[in-house]
Amino acid sequence: MSASSAFNDEKGGSSSVGEPEYGHDPASGGIFSSDYKRHDDLKEMLDSNKDSLKLEAMKRIVAMIARGKNASDLFPAVVKNVACKNIEVKKLVYVYLVRYAEEQQDLALLSISTFQRGLKDPNQLIRASALRVLSSIRVTIIVPIMMLAIKEAASDMSPYVRKTAAHAIPKLYSLDPEQKDQLIEVIEKLLADKTTLVAGSVVMAFEEVCPERIDLIHKNYRKLCNLLIDVEEWGQVVIINMLTRYARTQFLNPNMNESLLEEGNDKTFYGSDDDEDEEEEEEKKSEAPMPKRKPYVMDPDHRLLLRNTKPLLQSRNAAVVMAVAQLYFHLAPKVEVGVIAKALVRLLRSHSEVQYVVLQNVASMTIKRRGMFEPYLKSFYIRSTDPTQIKVLKLEVLTNLANETNISTILREFQTYIKSMDKDFVAATIQAIGRCATNIGEVRDTCLNGLVQLLSNRDELVVAESVVVIKKLLQMQPEKHSDIIKHMAKLTDNIQVPMARASILWLIGEYCEHVPKIAPDVLRKMAKSFTNEEDIVKLQIINLAAKLYLTNSKQTKLLTQYVLNLAKYDQNYDIRDRARFIRQLIVPTEKSGALSKYAKKLFLALKPAPVLESPFKDRDHFQLGSLSHLLNAKAGGYQELPDWPEAAPDPSVRNVEVPEWTKCSSREKRKEKKVEKPFYSDSEGESGPTESADSESDSASGSEIGSGVVGSVSGTASEESEEGSESEEEEEEEEEDEKDKKMTMKKELKKPVQESESEQSSEEEEERKHERKKSKARKSDSESESDEDEDSESESSQSESEDSESEAEVKKKKKAAQSKPPSKPVKKESKKEMSLLDLDDFEPAPSPQVTPLNSFLSNSLATDLEGLSLSDAVLSPATLSPCSALKSYELLHRIRGEGLSVEYCFSRQPFSPDANMVAVQMQFTNNATSETKNLHMEEVKLQSGMRVKEFPEIELLPAGETATAVMGIDFCDSTQAANFQLCTHTRKFFVSIQPPVGELMRPVFLTENEFKKEQGQLMGMNELSEKLTLDAECRNEHAIVQRVTAAANLSRVPCGSDRECRFAGRTVTSGSLVLATVATKEEAAAQLTVNCEKMVIGTMLVKDVLLALTQ
Amino acid sequence: MIHSLFLINHSGDIFLEKHWKSVISHSVCDYFFEAKEKAVDPEDVPPVLQTPHHYLITVHRGKLFFLSVVQTEVPPLFVIEFLHRVADTFQDYFGECSESVIKDNVVTVYELLEEMLDNGFPLATESNVLKELIRPPTILRSVVNTLTGSSNVGDTLPTGQLSTIPWRRADVKYTNNEAYFDVIEEIDAILDKSGTTVFAEIQGVIEASVRLTGMPDLTLSFMNPRLLDDVSFHPCVRFKRWESERTLSFIPPDGNFTLMNYHVSSQNPVAIPVYVKQSISFFESGPCGRLDITIGPKQTMGKTVEALMVKIHMPKAVLSANLTATQGNYTYDLPNKVLVWDIGKLNPQKLPNLKGILSLQAGAPKPEDNPSLNIDLRIQQVAISGLKVSRLEMFGEKYKPFKGVKYVTKAGKFQVRT
Repeated sequence: MSASSAFNDEKGGSSSVGEPEYGHDPASGGIFSSDYKRHDDLKEMLDSNKDSLKLEAMKRIVAMIARGKNASDLFPAVVKNVACKNIEVKKLVYVYLVRYAEEQQDLALLSISTFQRGLKDPNQLIRASALRVLSSIRVTIIVPIMMLAIKEAASDMSPYVRKTAAHAIPKLYSLDPEQKDQLIEVIEKLLADKTTLVAGSVVMAFEEVCPERIDLIHKNYRKLCNLLIDVEEWGQVVIINMLTRYARTQFLNPNMNESLLEEGNDKTFYGSDDDEDEEEEEEKKSEAPMPKRKPYVMDPDHRLLLRNTKPLLQSRNAAVVMAVAQLYFHLAPKVEVGVIAKALVRLLRSHSEVQYVVLQNVASMTIKRRGMFEPYLKSFYIRSTDPTQIKVLKLEVLTNLANETNISTILREFQTYIKSMDKDFVAATIQAIGRCATNIGEVRDTCLNGLVQLLSNRDELVVAESVVVIKKLLQMQPEKHSDIIKHMAKLTDNIQVPMARASILWLIGEYCEHVPKIAPDVLRKMAKSFTNEEDIVKLQIINLAAKLYLTNSKQTKLLTQYVLNLAKYDQNYDIRDRARFIRQLIVPTEKSGALSKYAKKLFLALKPAPVLESPFKDRDHFQLGSLSHLLNAKAGGYQELPDWPEAAPDPSVRNVEVPEWTKCSSREKRKEKKVEKPFYSDSEGESGPTESADSESDSASGSEIGSGVVGSVSGTASEESEEGSESEEEEEEEEEDEKDKKMTMKKELKKPVQESESEQSSEEEEERKHERKKSKARKSDSESESDEDEDSESESSQSESEDSESEAEVKKKKKAAQSKPPSKPVKKESKKEMSLLDLDDFEPAPSPQVTPLNSFLSNSLATDLEGLSLSDAVLSPATLSPCSALKSYELLHRIRGEGLSVEYCFSRQPFSPDANMVAVQMQFTNNATSETKNLHMEEVKLQSGMRVKEFPEIELLPAGETATAVMGIDFCDSTQAANFQLCTHTRKFFVSIQPPVGELMRPVFLTENEFKKEQGQLMGMNELSEKLTLDAECRNEHAIVQRVTAAANLSRVPCGSDRECRFAGRTVTSGSLVLATVATKEEAAAQLTVNCEKMVIGTMLVKDVLLALTQ
Repeated sequence: MIHSLFLINHSGDIFLEKHWKSVISHSVCDYFFEAKEKAVDPEDVPPVLQTPHHYLITVHRGKLFFLSVVQTEVPPLFVIEFLHRVADTFQDYFGECSESVIKDNVVTVYELLEEMLDNGFPLATESNVLKELIRPPTILRSVVNTLTGSSNVGDTLPTGQLSTIPWRRADVKYTNNEAYFDVIEEIDAILDKSGTTVFAEIQGVIEASVRLTGMPDLTLSFMNPRLLDDVSFHPCVRFKRWESERTLSFIPPDGNFTLMNYHVSSQNPVAIPVYVKQSISFFESGPCGRLDITIGPKQTMGKTVEALMVKIHMPKAVLSANLTATQGNYTYDLPNKVLVWDIGKLNPQKLPNLKGILSLQAGAPKPEDNPSLNIDLRIQQVAISGLKVSRLEMFGEKYKPFKGVKYVTKAGKFQVRT
């Protein structure tokens, strides 16, 4: 082929300048085949100053590259054009440059300055593209330049440039591995990046450069989990795979208790009472050396990972689905793994390559967790149109799924497969039947009968395969089936497949006592055809002869001699060896000595039946979904999936917000911390809610006390935990026990409130509310203090000296909690209504009770307690929207209304009959001279989803009087107008109320941390940012707050920086969070950022607030 | 990750190669050719091959092999999915994905590949972003380009990659704003000899064609979302909204895309639209067999069954077929041993029947294997599962778009065993 010859030239490294090596290529297709000329005119075209000519030349050159031909001699001519103005020419030059720079290093350097200039360009896309090409040029001399460029780009303003920097890291690493240390620094920096654009790329770089530096992930773990859903698909795959490995090193096996239980179950299944006793003992024993083996509580970070990856099972990208599936398979508690089955079965509808990979993985999974796929059994049924490799894999899965209950269906299905035209597949089916028969005793005879029937099949391959499988089955219970052996003996006349013949001979020899008459006859026939047989058959003939000689020497002595003599002169040395060996053993001579006495024992020993195993057994020690798993061999660069640790490493390393925490990692206290973990992480506001995987959770151990304290309020929480408390075993170490109880009590104290209020809300909201509550509590302290509180809280439980103190704290806390049961119900109610603004509900009563506590409790506790009881009372009215500034709108003008005028305003009070409605306060003024009667609403016309609660009819409005009424409108979070008719006893007026977007929300209270966290979750398309110049009268904080709160019903969020004002609220109908930030800069410049899940609302809010701040 | 890509046609010629890292000799493809020789069918070539220094991951699309070379551990599905995405992109750009079309557009192809991967890691795979970077060729533009020397490469720098919704182009403008949705359901079924259903399920897909100005935010809701058992979405769909409200809320990509795939829950019995009465038998003596097939309507939801077609893979021994069809035409493709009976519209009054003699190779034994029937059909204006879109709402833009939903039911892998 001409193509390959050209290629070889290139490989030879000859820069064959001017050689006419392209001219003689007749096969080249496309645009340049027709007018293909020598390079000289290409060079000419490149040197011309017409862009179109340059472009034409570059297109030809790129096409040459695409066809794998050498175009390296054009390098000088091409590289000149690197600074060309035409974008397409430039791009094609880049393509060329990247391809040939390695071969023409010196010349390539000419282009570097262009890229260096590009790196400084104000346009982010040009910066990125310059970095991309620069880093793709594999020239070692420029390593320092690349390093510098990457470092600079890593701190670029634009996330896109940072992403490119992440991409450049592995390129530089492969060029010069010595840069590793420096590159790791860059990776560390980029890992901390908070944008979704960068996350996938930097993790990819991490995997290529330093997958062993798992410690770099700690700090970014939670962020990666939270960003995951918004990262692009390919990044998701890389991140999920990496996090799987990470989780394996950091968390405890969620199935460690269950695996023990499982063993137990197996035993009871087989056995008697004795067994059970034994088992119990065993369990006790196994517990003794493992004092650690306490009830398992899942680390909240572990839970966070599982929760955040689950939605990705719905991805359209098969690789993402597979990545999540393997994560669940390797990390999730057994009961939860099931969710992946459905998604994997879905992938079976995809391209055949996808099916192939998925089925391989499913086959591995079915061995360990059969139950998971059993409901989808039928999805693995085979169609005649499937490719053979898919059929065989499906068969494997079906075989793995077979059990006593479904075996009859499966066998019926197998029966149809045997009739298939695809003989390889039929052979595989027969093997599958054999495996089902060995695994499930009940159907062994049925299978055997079926297989025996196949012996009369016309296709020899089928018969041969059946023979081999039957042989294996017969080994299990030969005495019952001498007739089958006889039948098979007859087959030797017809069947030619060596493996099958060998199998038959072996069977006859092995069980010759069952077929005493036939066996010698078979040997006779075989002796006749010995010389024409295949080697494996010959070996079995010798074996048969030896066994018959030992059992029935009278009849077969001569035959055996004959066979051995034939074998002695065989061409194959194995056969000659075997013959010599056997002769020595069975024919006693003087030399033969002691061994021949045992010949019978040697040959006729009982052989164990073979175990038919799946080829996929134990494949799951490779990470599923990986190339290594597919090949069942370690691929280069494969990172082993580590085993679960015996004890979980310090979980606090993942805490991000307070740096001091990481310093104190006293190892001996780890266990205790483990218990406390959920407690902290709540307060930290980073991780998910506490969850205990099994009923034997820690919280259960303290539940009696806990529920006693919390009393009726605890509701669901205590119920849940009490289930476990019965089965709870005694703790051996009392001290330990006590501590646990205390910890759980702390938890209990918090839990009930948290859970009772979240009954109808989603998990996440629960979290948020909980945090909100805390934040209110903290309000009483100053900002900086609350941060310290967290510190002290954590330290107190970590350091030993403070332990006793914390004990005391708990007791006090308990007392405190008991002393104020009434405050809780009140709060609960109010929460349900979502009416934080209802000031009437909150008498300042609880505060005097708590203030004294403050004096002798540690700050942390005080905040906790406040969180429980008086949070809402502490709210300062200042945070509420200023009611005085309510803007009123005209609904009906006095002239149109014939004397009746109506104004309305959004009162920003919760509308009590329905929390999802916005309260609209209407003021009716009768300017006419006569009285107006029966003022009411009619014919409400609304957009779908909207609802209205009418105001009560005003029966009489005397002339000159004014009346007010409140109506509620559920605007469904849209600014659509509500149209209706206002009726008096004489007239009807068409009116409409359109809300400004700022009125569609109600304020909520967040702490700074919560705000940041929520904001972090509402990045990407949910974030809107706008620069603005503040109005002259609005350059101080107070003015900003006032204007923003006037424009939108938001509440202020405390903020550490005085350059920023933050506001938070939720939309009234759907409760979506609305976050607004005004960051002031030099002069009057400022930036407004709004984060809201509802983008329409976000956009409109930005407009409105912008207007408010600039005018 | 992905080191190199080779495009190989059916006869085994490498007609395009692209390397993202250092160059790999195309002799590496010899391992693939070896495996291809062994396999009877191109579908049977293992997608993943191990060679001494590399791993070859291949997908087969439209008579072409996309062979990628990988040197280190990488999830195979990652590569496979990406290669299919490349093929999809070619399809999207050039209308088809064939050797000739790729050769004709080799520069565009090369530019695309350059943008899609950086150092072997996917960079821009969204069609909307790519189209901003590299304009798809049209006849008009190629004429203009040759005259003016302007290029296919977008002269404005793309912003799609920077945005947080990479699947949508910025500044979309249309004079006619329209959003069309096709609900397409496929019945996968295996019926046994006697006509009883061994296995049946419904898989559906919603294909969208959205041409709307600006940044519309759409919400699509169903009358009966409970039918949906398992779903997968285009990344634009907000998963949380689906979880909580069972509605699809999304900012659509511009143009055609697959909005969601779904699987109808298996609790609902699947309506099988046709029944098949068949007998195919081969005589014990004499080189022939008999074939008799009748198809009739079963549960068609009151609609006509169209484009009905039966495909039978015959045993190797069958030489020819001498049949009479009461409706439609039949052809017997001898080299592939495939009998195709194209029926067309199913008339319930006069059921189509195909009957006649199959002649076998002289001397060949009676085939033991029975061929299975693959049925293809289409029913317009109905989704067999009963799924219905209740409404489509648009937020964020002021104009009123044209909206439309179409339902079609097709046979997926619909097989009757004999």
